[in-house]
Amino acid sequence: MTVAVEVRDLHKSFDRGRVHAINGVDLATGEGEYLVLLGPSGCGKTTLLRIIAGLEQPSAGEVLIGGSVVNGLPPRVRKIAMVFQSYALYPHKTVLGNIVFPLKAQRLDNGQRPDKAQRRSKAEWSAELLGISHLLDRKPRQLSGGERQRVALARALVRDPQVFLLDEPLSNLDAKLRATARDELRRFQQRVGTTTVYVTHDQAEAMGLGDRIAVMDAGTVRQLGPPAEVYDDPADTFVATFIGSPPMNLVPRDGVFVGFRPEHLLPPEYVSGARITVPFEVERIEYLSGDRHAYGSVSRLGEQTRVVARLPATVTTPLAGGQTHEFAVATRRLCFFDASSGLRTDPVAVGA
Amino acid sequence: MSTAVVDPAQATRLRRHYRRRHLLSRTALYTAAVLAALVCAGPFGYGAITALKLNADLYDASNNPFVFNEPATLDHVVFLFTDTAFATFVWNTMWVGLLVVAITLALAVPAAYALTRLDRPWAGPMGIAIFFVYLVPPTLLFLSLSRLVVATGLQDSTWSLVLIYPTITIPVSTWLLIGFLKALPRDIEEQAMVDGYSRLGAFTRTVVPLLFPGVVAIVVFAFTLVASEFIYALAFVSPSSEKVVSTGVPTELIRGDVFFWQSLQAAGVLIAVPIALLFNLLLARFISGFTQGAVKG
Repeated sequence: MTVAVEVRDLHKSFDRGRVHAINGVDLATGEGEYLVLLGPSGCGKTTLLRIIAGLEQPSAGEVLIGGSVVNGLPPRVRKIAMVFQSYALYPHKTVLGNIVFPLKAQRLDNGQRPDKAQRRSKAEWSAELLGISHLLDRKPRQLSGGERQRVALARALVRDPQVFLLDEPLSNLDAKLRATARDELRRFQQRVGTTTVYVTHDQAEAMGLGDRIAVMDAGTVRQLGPPAEVYDDPADTFVATFIGSPPMNLVPRDGVFVGFRPEHLLPPEYVSGARITVPFEVERIEYLSGDRHAYGSVSRLGEQTRVVARLPATVTTPLAGGQTHEFAVATRRLCFFDASSGLRTDPVAVGA
Repeated sequence: MSTAVVDPAQATRLRRHYRRRHLLSRTALYTAAVLAALVCAGPFGYGAITALKLNADLYDASNNPFVFNEPATLDHVVFLFTDTAFATFVWNTMWVGLLVVAITLALAVPAAYALTRLDRPWAGPMGIAIFFVYLVPPTLLFLSLSRLVVATGLQDSTWSLVLIYPTITIPVSTWLLIGFLKALPRDIEEQAMVDGYSRLGAFTRTVVPLLFPGVVAIVVFAFTLVASEFIYALAFVSPSSEKVVSTGVPTELIRGDVFFWQSLQAAGVLIAVPIALLFNLLLARFISGFTQGAVKG
């Protein structure tokens, strides 16, 4: 696997070392990979992206793009394209003016600058790809949020970058548009095949877009892996509770946390294989887009703890608040975390 | 509906009431606007009429000062151009004004950019220090500045004003532009830097065009300051050929007890009207310039 972007033991502090935004991050993306940096606000993910772009200098560590160290190089020579959260369209230029702007700074392989016709055809190719050919004469203020996002992508595309850096490009769109834009973004990247580093705090975007997800917290990468692995096999309690909606249930027991996803707490007849049964005292039930979310507390597995069970529409067992039901979790679905460090530990016997 | 808020008869009455109120408020507004315009234009109107009066008309105390009691004459306006250095004063004011504007822009725009965008720890104190310079009154400052003017050998030369006026215009303009730059999103120039431009390229291609209202505000501010400043112009320049309008007109047209009153008024009107027209042209941008700076600065 060739490596497109890599950071080695990266540190970044602000205010003369008083604030540590990034604390020793090692990451590498494969060629053509879609890597998502996911984390709560203030976890350092945008700072990491800006360091890769060259807009911030790291306090320590190395950034490599295409195999060579780019520390100290200005953004313009790094062969990157970036889409900001605000899209940062040039308000005084038309859509066409925005898209050709990077081309005016470019030099071709023969050292010449692209002439006007070349710039124009390249810009039209990119506008065509994003379906904004009819908007070329407009000014950014005359565009909707979704159109602005596409203009920003078209402008990034014409640079033929080695890597796309996207900083929460969907967060300014309304919920409905966000879902379709997410799908378009993924198809777009599959067509152009360029390595992409994508920053978001939205786990649905991360799970839907990423080939791999780097879950970040407090300036460190907590876990790096494909979406399914991050979801099913969280490395620590932070990842377990940050990802998943509702988050993973954690039950304290003798110095460990026993964790299981809400959708794995089911009536026993729906759990096959080795399992552990627990009494589930249901308090109330929410009906959400076909699923039932049952809130209550379980005992026997560990201390009595409030948990959530997510029952898909296929589970028809009648449930009512105020009753105690026998529920079960498949043993292979249980995750164990050390209570003091939060990290994964070996399974302990939890048989009743 | 049983619980109608207003019954139809009452609604008609209320409609008439509000129509009358609307009419009254519009009348009051326009009356006030016309009165304000008259108050502002009054001195210019008086000046224009006086400038065209015969001496006999002006010096007869029983005459109405706001109308021509005797035929109008252009003699005093012609006198202004033929027998005084008024045209030289205007020319001096023009080129000093243009040079000061150019120097101010060349230094204040980069200074404001550096103070807001380069993240230097001393940028905050430096910005405040620059503003404090403006707070020292010219009535004190001209004493020490006169040493500087002599040291550079520019005493009695209009060039001394080109040297000294930027000490007032640069701090104010820098401060004003800092407000503008803080209102401009940083993303846009960072985007330009990612898009292949150096910091300087990003600055000239994306920041400067968006800063245009601020630049207009500075041009107007610096030029009008040059046209109206009095103390430095009086202290540093005495030969007639080197004077600017703000000092030339009052010193050359009042000779001891002799007032060339009509020519004085003509000079005032001739200077004020073009500046007023210029202001009008740029008014919208000028106001947005100052309010933006005020709120965000």
